[in-house]
This record gives sequence, C-alpha cells and structure tokens, in this order.
Amino acid sequence: MVVEPVSLPSPEWFMLCGIVLAGLSGVPGLFVDRMNRFGERSALLLLGTGSLSGVLGAAYALSPTRLRSALVLPGPLAGADLRLSIDAISAMFLIQIFAVSLLGAIYGLGYWSQSEHPESGRKLRLFYGIVTAGMALVVSARNAVAFLWGWEVMALAAFLLITTEDRDSEVRAAGYVYLVATRIGTLCLFAMFALLYRAHGTWDLDGPIAARSGAGTAIFLLGLAGFGLKAGLIPLHVWLPGAHANAPSHVSALMSGVLIKIGIYGLVRLTALTAAPPLWWGVVLLALGVASGVLGVAFAIGQHDLKRLLAYHSVENIGIICMGIGLALIARALGRPELAVLGLAGALLHVWNHGLFKALLFLAAGSVLHTAGTRDIDQLGGLAKAMPRTALAFVIGAVAICGLPPLNGFISELFIYLGLFRLTGIDAGGVSIGAAFAAAGLALIGALALACFVKALGATFLGQPRSLAARRAREAPGSMLAPMAVLALACAFIGIGSPLVAPVLDRAARCWAPEFATTLAPVTSLAPLLIVTALCGVLVLALLALATWLVARTRPTSRGVAEPRIGTWDCGYAAPSPRMQYTSSSFAQGLVSLYGWALRPKVHRPSLGGPFAGEASFSSHVPDVVLDRLLVPAARTTGRGLGWFRWLQRGSVHAYLIYILATLVWLMLWQRGR
Amino acid sequence: MPPPSLRLVGSILLHGAFILAFPPLMLGVIGKTKAAFAGRVGPPLLQPYYDIIKLLQKGSIFNRTTTWVFRAGPVIGIATALLTTALVPLDGQPAFIAFPGDFLFLAYLLALARFFTVAAALDTGSAFEGMGAAREATYACLAEPALVLGLLALARASSSLSLSAMLGPGLGSMWAQQGASLVLVAAALFIVLLAENSRIPVDDPNTHLELTMIHEVMVLDHGGPALGLITYGAAIKLFVFAAVLARLLLPAPAIGFWAGWAITTGSLLALAVVIGVVESTMARLKLTHIPAFLIAAVLLSSFGVVLLFR
Repeated sequence: MVVEPVSLPSPEWFMLCGIVLAGLSGVPGLFVDRMNRFGERSALLLLGTGSLSGVLGAAYALSPTRLRSALVLPGPLAGADLRLSIDAISAMFLIQIFAVSLLGAIYGLGYWSQSEHPESGRKLRLFYGIVTAGMALVVSARNAVAFLWGWEVMALAAFLLITTEDRDSEVRAAGYVYLVATRIGTLCLFAMFALLYRAHGTWDLDGPIAARSGAGTAIFLLGLAGFGLKAGLIPLHVWLPGAHANAPSHVSALMSGVLIKIGIYGLVRLTALTAAPPLWWGVVLLALGVASGVLGVAFAIGQHDLKRLLAYHSVENIGIICMGIGLALIARALGRPELAVLGLAGALLHVWNHGLFKALLFLAAGSVLHTAGTRDIDQLGGLAKAMPRTALAFVIGAVAICGLPPLNGFISELFIYLGLFRLTGIDAGGVSIGAAFAAAGLALIGALALACFVKALGATFLGQPRSLAARRAREAPGSMLAPMAVLALACAFIGIGSPLVAPVLDRAARCWAPEFATTLAPVTSLAPLLIVTALCGVLVLALLALATWLVARTRPTSRGVAEPRIGTWDCGYAAPSPRMQYTSSSFAQGLVSLYGWALRPKVHRPSLGGPFAGEASFSSHVPDVVLDRLLVPAARTTGRGLGWFRWLQRGSVHAYLIYILATLVWLMLWQRGR
Repeated sequence: MPPPSLRLVGSILLHGAFILAFPPLMLGVIGKTKAAFAGRVGPPLLQPYYDIIKLLQKGSIFNRTTTWVFRAGPVIGIATALLTTALVPLDGQPAFIAFPGDFLFLAYLLALARFFTVAAALDTGSAFEGMGAAREATYACLAEPALVLGLLALARASSSLSLSAMLGPGLGSMWAQQGASLVLVAAALFIVLLAENSRIPVDDPNTHLELTMIHEVMVLDHGGPALGLITYGAAIKLFVFAAVLARLLLPAPAIGFWAGWAITTGSLLALAVVIGVVESTMARLKLTHIPAFLIAAVLLSSFGVVLLFR
C-alpha cells in the first residue's frame, strides 16, 4: 500500500477501518446456527466499532487545520487503483452514513431479531453491513474505479436487502423494479465516466471538468440521469415507493435516509468538479426540484400505506435538496457567492436533516408495523394510547419534516428560501421571476407536507382504533425506542442549535465552489441563525410554561374530584363508533381531487339505486402514474414486439453454434473490409 | 419631556400592551358591524374579552378518546400566536424582533399552530372534526403560496427581507413607484386574511351547522380554559394579518407619536369594519368553490410579483 503524504493515522485510515469492519459485520454470524444470538451481537459490535471509527475519521477530516491527504489502494487491474480521500463534503455524508446505519442496526435487534426471523436474519445483517461499506466507499472515492466499485456494491447489496422477504410476490416485484432502475442508472454512470476519461484522459476525480462543450453537456445529462435514478427525482422515482415500502423498516430508514442521498452526493460531487457550470444546469435542477417536491408530496397525500407515504416524501425532500443545488449552481453561473452558500448549505443541511427525520419516521412506522401487522393507515388509529413514546417520536419527525420551527427542517428550508428571495431581488432576467415561483413552490410543498403528515399522524396514532390489530398494539421495546430517541434529539439539536452546525456547512461550501473560496461569507452572516435559535428557545420555554399552567389548571381539585371525562361530542348522536371517524382517504379527498390531473386516482364508486339500496363499497387509491400508467404498459408493448425475435432462440445448441460462426465470419469480413 | 431612554421603555411597554390587549376588540367591532347591518343592537363591543375571561375561569372536561395532542393544540396555538406579535411592526416602527426572513418565520409559526390544531381535531375521533381538519389543511395549501408570493413581492419592492423594513417609512415611496403591484398584493393578502381567519366567504364562524364549518368545527370538543386560549389565539392571528394589511393600505408617514398610534388604531378598527361589512353582504361560498377563490389570491399575488419585473 502506498500512502501519500506520509501521515499514518490520516482520516482516510479511520474511514477505511470503518468500511472494512462494517462490510464484514455480518460475516461471523454466518458460521453459527440459525437460532444462535451470537450473530446479531457480533454484527452490532463490529458495525458499532466501524461506525465509530468512520465518524471519527469524518470529524477529523472536518477539523479546520487538516491538510488534504489521500490513500491509494492497489486495485485488481493494472492502472485501476482505488484512490480515497475525504474532504468536507465527503465527511458530511460519511457521518450520516455511519450514524444512521448504526442506529438502524440497534433498532434491528428488536425489529428483526434472529429468533423471530431465523431464515432471513443472517442474510439481512450481512448485506446491511455491506451496503454501509459500499456507501462509505462511494463518498470517499477519488477516482472512477473506486466510485463505481462502491456504487455497484451498494446498489446490489441494497437489492438483496429489499428482497429480504423474497417469499412475498409483492416484495419480489418491488425488488425487480429496483434492480432494473439501478442497472439503467449504473449504465448511465459508466457512460458518464467513459466520457470523462475521453475528455480529460484520467480516471481521477480531481476536476476541473470543462462544462461548456458537447461532452460537458452529455456528462451532465448522463450524471443527472444516473444519479437522479438513485436519488429518486421525478420522473425517475419509479423504483422508490415499492422498494421503501417492502424492505424491512430499518432498511427503509437506511435507504430513504441515506442511500438515496448517495445520488445527491453524486450530483454535488459532479458539480463541484465542474469549472464554471452554465446557467441552464442550475435552472434544470431547480425546475426538477420544484416538480419533484410538489408532485412527490401530492402523491404522498394519496397513499394509505404508511411506508409508501413516507417513501413519496423522500421524493419530495430530494426535490427540496435539488432546489438548493440548483440555486447554488445558478449562483455560480451568475457569480454570486452569497447565493451559492445559501443554496448549498440548504441542500447539504437538508441532506442531514432528511436523513434524521426520515429515518425517525420509518423507524416509528416500523414499530407500528411490528406490533399491528399492517401498513394500511385506514386499519390503524388510536395507537398513541398504547404506544405513547412511538407516537411522540412520530410527532417530532412529522413536525421536523414539515419544516416547522423549532426543529431542524425549518433551518435548511430557511436557507433555500433566503437564497431564492435574494435571487428574486436581483435583476437576473427570467431566473429571478423563476426564483419567486420556486419560493412559492416551496411554500406549497410545506403546506402539502403538513396536510399529509397531519393525516398520517391522525389516522395512525390519534382517534380510536379501527381494527382489532390496532386495539392490541403494544409499545415497542427499549432497543427500538432508543434509536428513535437519539434521532429525535438530533432533530431538536439542529433546530435549536443551528449556529453550531454552520461552520461545517461553510467548509463544505468552500470545497464545492473553489472559485469563490476567498469571497464566501460565512453562512451565519447570511442567515439569521442566532435570532432563530433565540426565538425557538423562547417558543420552547413558552410552550413549557403554558403547558404547565394548563395542566395545573385542569388538575383534579384538592377535594379529590377528578376532572370529568366524557365521550366525543358528535352533534347529538349518542354512540359514535370508530368506523365513523374520518379516514386518511377521506382526509385527503379534497387535495387528491385538486391534484387529480397529475395523480389520476383510481376510484371505485358504487351505484346506488332504488329505494332500498343494497350493500355497496367505495374504494379509491392512487397508483404511481409513471410506473403503472406509462412504464408498465410501455414495457408490455415492447415485450410483445420483441416476441417476434423469439424464433431465433430455438433452445438447440446447434443453432447457437451457427449464430456464433456467422457472427465470427461477419466480423472477420468486416475487419478485412476496413 | 422625559429622557429618551425612558421614552423608549415607555414606547416598548405601550407597544406590548397594545398588542396583547387590542386583538379581541377587533372581534367585537366585527360583531357590532354585523349586528348593525342586521338591524340588531348586538353584543357589547367588549363581549370577546368577557368571553375569554369567563372561559379561562371555567373547569375542564376532556374527551375520553383524546391524548396529550388534544391539549397541545391550544397551548401551541397561543404560544405561537404570542410569538408572532413580536414580529409584527406597528405604526411604521420596527417590530420587537426584525431579521431577514422574519416573515417566513411568522408564516411557519402559524403553520406550526395549524399542525397541532388539526392534529387535536383528529384526536377526538369525530367525523365532524375530521371534516373541519381536512378542509383547514386543504385550503391552507392554497393560502400559503399566496401569502409567500405576496410578501415576496413586498420584499422585492422594498429590497429587504424583513417585515419591519417592508412596512417601514419607505412604504409611501413604494406606493408611488410600484402602486399597481401593491394593489394586487393587498387584494391577495385580504383574501388570505379572510381564509386564514375563518371569515365569510370561506368559513362562517357563526353557523349552526357543523357540516359546513371549518375552524369552529375543529374546536368543537374543546372547552373551558383551552377554548379560551383558542379564542384569544384566533383574535391575535386576525390582528397580525390585519396589522400587516392595514399598514400596507395606509402608509402614513411618521407624524409624531400619538398621531401615529391614532392612525394605527383607526386603520385596524376600519379594517375590522370592512371585514364586518364583507361578512354581512356576502354569502358563504360553496365548499367546492373555495379553492377557486383562493387560487384567485395566488394569481393576484403572482401578477403582483411579475409586475415588479417590468
């Protein structure tokens, strides 16, 4: 191994140690029998040690005094060494990868214990560790070989994780869609790296990439397709809802919180390497971001599968992140460092934030699924009484994902808003008008997300149980609650302590836009973080004081008369039943019909006739328009067309030998002819 | 003449006391106006104060179905409402707290209150409150972009991202230069005010049919101190929107302390009368027509923004 420059415990070594330990974490479990708990414990120990090492390495890389270093590992082929290095952008992603992965693994102890799932537990843990290692390798790669290695390890291990319960046909279908999507994405990336090599003659990712040429345009579009497929930008999101809904919940948390962000990492890295990106790159990303945000949340509102709903929210949040990146790219094209800081800081902080609150929400949804056995929110209800801690975790996650103060979602959205407002204020032609409407789009996204999460919260946790399963629900064990508590505290910490996170964002922004390195103002000078912190603190204190007052005011009096408790007032109707509650579908009906032009809901409406109408049932659901209405029919038609070529495939070895001979002869003739 | 520091303290105290004490009066004025149109005497002007005080002194009854979320609704509602008052400038003077992006913080505080009000409604498990909750969440999706676009237009016109500067002493010259745009924005903000504060033609706070209500049906199960907090919070919310709109429509220059306060108070009361007139002369819209009304607000503020880019 070659180290350059010689400084032995460089961050890269910590990170490599983390990658190896995480990658091997599931291996010891393979050598013990199915019912043995040694496997889970050793996996957690190895992953925990590895994560600690990885986070330490990343934190070390973020320290301001550190010099740049790189680590070169010999690859399997000549000229294809693996070059690894961590800068501030990589470090931000690494911290998230290792932290969420470890929390998910702790949750997995209770959620997917070896005793409950003897047939799949070992496989799950093996690939869980490998996917973590793959993601860490991608974000620390500094040449195409290491990047694609990590990318493929990550993508294929994720496929094996999604199909953990491969006996279920729905799971297999979701896994298949994911596999096709990720193959196409990788194909785009191979083409992108090949073009990069052709244009610059090196596999190293050191930049600068010339953007204003035909090759530059092709590289951007291929990268956008490849990375966008992984990130789940609309209309490339088709694999995402099914995969997230059908994977085990802590895997969904890792995939939604972290894995899809690797696509974002790709976009950030590609644009960081580009010298002088043209304006239209940013405009395209901003527009795609708004479209993904609005349509993602609109689709989410139509869902009644709790995990599918959360999955569509990932599409929405990826949209918000892309808006930030688009804004920062526009700023680079216009030569506006302050906008670049706000856009990129918003995007990267939202990457962290979404990793925290989405993982929290998926873990809370997993606890619900674990105890009630269904993901259909119209079968749930009233769980807050049986599972108060999980309900509190879900409320915190929901408030955070809606971008409401005093939690973390507000801070990252504030950055993007401020950037868009400032862009509206300058005279940059159509871009400024576009920025105004992008800001309105962000407001729309926020309001729609609020509607969607109040719906999910209300239908799942509030009111009365709608089914026997919901009535029998029990609180999750401590091993599942503890990771949620950590994530919830992290959401509150970033929300209230945002000035503490700002230096990290500054460093990442300087890494991303090197041409602004000397002119970049710190993000605290551009966004009123200290005031927001103070106001959020006041808000929290006011809430505590008022809550104490109200509780004291309504406490049983000294005479021992408890406050009377009665049933719900239903306008004089004496016996309201749980079935009369507003369901999630009825809650969403108004918004679904407002967005009917995009969502195309499938409604089964009964026709009632005669004075004594018989029994009837009503149902509605929102399928994925791109997948179910476009791609599946298109694939079916193409498949039918390709059926004509089946006569070539006779199943006879002789025929195939003739094809090979004919091809060889043709190639030789062609070679001669040239 | 008292020393400047004392005057500053006095002005701050007056500002704070005004913001806390004035809002229910606007509800009283609206009620009186409606009564006058209907040819009734109507409840006294101070009736909202009596109601709030009475409710705060009552005992509480909580629904068996509900959890802590139901109690969090009113608490968060009043806490956010009180905090928003610190962000609203009055009389062209800066607000207590002004910073770039403060209008966004204000909008998101109101959204936080909405989140918990709607969640508290769903916590009762009642179909009626579910209806109100769904409508509130749905219409907010249209009101929110209209509000942000309208404030964004003010931000661009005033080259500032703080509410205090947008509505500060420079407002008069903004009218001179960008009058057309400001008219559109003011119209949009008026629609948003009516919708956000559950006023006719979007919602009828006095209807007797739960099926047609939005905000009132959401708080059907609240009583006693909790309902008192909700009523007071609603008054403050109306005041906040009215303060922004009244200042936008009447950009009086700084003409001295007492005259300034008189103009502020007068314009707020006049706006309350206008709301009362709208409530008396219009019918509530059919629920299915409300989205079109709110989309009109979005379009008005969109045109307001576009006009600024001439």
